[in-house]
Amino acid sequence: MKIHEYQAKELFSSFSIPVPAGKVASSPSEASEAAASLSGRVVVKAQIYAGGRGKAGGVLVVDSPEAARGAAEKLLAHPLVTHQTGPAGRMVNRVLVERATDVETEIYLGITIDRTRRLPVIMASPAGGMEIEQIASDSPEKIFKEWISPEIGLRTFQAYRLASKLGLGPSQTKQVTKIISNLYRLFVEKDCMLVEINPLVVDADGSVIALDAKVNFDDNGLFRHPEVESMRDPNEENQLELEAKKNNLNYIKLDGNVGCLVNGAGLAMATMDLIKLAGAAPANFLDVGGSANEEMIEKGFSLLLSDPDVRAVFINIFGGILRCDILARGIVAAVKRLEVDVPVVVRLEGTNVEQGREILAQSGLSFLRASDLDEAAKLIARALKEGK
Amino acid sequence: MSILVDKTTRVLVQGITGREGSFHTQQMLAYGTNVVAGVTPGKGGQSVHDVPVFDTVAEAMGKTEPNAAMIFVPPRFAADAILEAAEGGIELVICLTEGIPVNDMVLVRRYLDIRGTKLIGPNTPGIISPGKAKLGLMAGYIHREGSVGVMSRSGTLTYEAVNQLSQRGIGQSTCVGIGGDPIIGLSFIDLLALFEEDEQTEAVVLIGEIGGNAEEQAARYIADEFTKPVVSFIAGRTAPPGRRMGHAGAIVTGGTGTAAAKIAALSEAGVTVVESPAQIGSAIASVI
Repeated sequence: MKIHEYQAKELFSSFSIPVPAGKVASSPSEASEAAASLSGRVVVKAQIYAGGRGKAGGVLVVDSPEAARGAAEKLLAHPLVTHQTGPAGRMVNRVLVERATDVETEIYLGITIDRTRRLPVIMASPAGGMEIEQIASDSPEKIFKEWISPEIGLRTFQAYRLASKLGLGPSQTKQVTKIISNLYRLFVEKDCMLVEINPLVVDADGSVIALDAKVNFDDNGLFRHPEVESMRDPNEENQLELEAKKNNLNYIKLDGNVGCLVNGAGLAMATMDLIKLAGAAPANFLDVGGSANEEMIEKGFSLLLSDPDVRAVFINIFGGILRCDILARGIVAAVKRLEVDVPVVVRLEGTNVEQGREILAQSGLSFLRASDLDEAAKLIARALKEGK
Repeated sequence: MSILVDKTTRVLVQGITGREGSFHTQQMLAYGTNVVAGVTPGKGGQSVHDVPVFDTVAEAMGKTEPNAAMIFVPPRFAADAILEAAEGGIELVICLTEGIPVNDMVLVRRYLDIRGTKLIGPNTPGIISPGKAKLGLMAGYIHREGSVGVMSRSGTLTYEAVNQLSQRGIGQSTCVGIGGDPIIGLSFIDLLALFEEDEQTEAVVLIGEIGGNAEEQAARYIADEFTKPVVSFIAGRTAPPGRRMGHAGAIVTGGTGTAAAKIAALSEAGVTVVESPAQIGSAIASVI
């Protein structure tokens, strides 16, 4: 789960990580008031989950409360298109108004899980401001790492060892050491998958401050953190995806026009690949899970059909715990209730497959039935061609 | 011979009195798996499908001598259950639970390494040596005993591969789901080493997916050490970056973990990588 920069900075503050003085605003007049209370030059930053805001014109530096109002007017209620948002961009509903910082030095600092070593890893680089992938490919020798043994946690000597490689003065090295320790504490205590400060800067006074803040939480750890769950911004999430989550379905909207309903994440991905190989493109990823019931199947089916892009549907189920007869009943109920007018290709295999096929055959509905994946791919291609 | 589990495996089911635990205990018993004990705190003295239930792993160890444990415990208690099994002296733990926080698994994996306990999963359908023992959720009837080892990060996609093999009359030595989470127990490499030693196994199917670099590491191992033919399919070529595709571990971040990189690494290592999931069975048929 992601959160906004202003929320991440509030979290940073509560973990004693210094951030610029700032206020969040959701209207131009609020932005102007915020700028007046901060005095001097301020930065107005669009609050959307996606990165790349600076290059996309989502971060504006202004000199007066009046100019802050103007900047907010420009950003608020408009979509911001960055390299991460897709062509439609994301609607900006809030801006963060911050006191401007005179930057002397930029540093990168991040913590994530190293899957190969199976340990948290802290990464730091003097090449701040650039994306870490960029640094890794341009100058890998400028990324320094410390891996953390969970049984002893992060120790001061490790935080200091990392900080001391950044080429800073003694006072700044000490400040960064403290920030590293606090950032790691946040990472563990809030069950994060990624925390990133890019850039962490030294200002004209020699103070070290987090100019940006990114925090991604482990969805699996959210049950321990209702306070994190409450930071979720429903405006930033696809409405169909939210609806799916409420029903314990895993749905991700994609750009194509073949809706898919599959059980199991791996098979769902493979099904998307199969559709692509058939010359079409998937409209979504939908995993109904291993133990879906009739109702969930019906819900999932109606969900994927509510996507206006869908021109054909492919149902691919390998029944294990999820029995094919239960699935078939769910599909038949959904198709009858929703008056489906696009072709539906069904491929069923696994537990109780005979009963499942029988239910589909007896339903009086015109399903395109495939006996294996190859046949299914051909039927999808044909259905799309005929549908046009 | 198969790997990791066979007729001599004595199974302890943690969470046996729950709906899932009880249902799958029955299914495993029906398959012929030797389930010797169950554990649910507070339910000691009961029995589930004639399997005795104990309050703690320690108690079950003393009375029934299991050597493998299966974890059917909800996410918030699963890490504790794995640790209890390892501390109790179980050699092989299979954790089916989906949704364990990654921070919990960092610590669990660390402790298991110290104890020398093997872990399959979490977030796995389990393991089956067809005709010998089933320690998992998979439908037993789609499998048949034979010479192909199957390992995968996904559940239903594994069933798909197994089904394609069985329908061609090609049996399996052992099929293992390694789990869909970022931190898991046995890796593809660990299993390849076991399949290399296993006389029953003549070829291996490796089913990977986007995220992490387990497939790239396996490719390096196959190039250097593995002598049997390998067929692979990588799911998620069409997945958008930055989105978690169902599994916690299936996410392309910052250009790492892409299907293209995995396919290239495996192909270079001499692995037959199929484009379509429909081709797994035919590809194996052509290499054995």
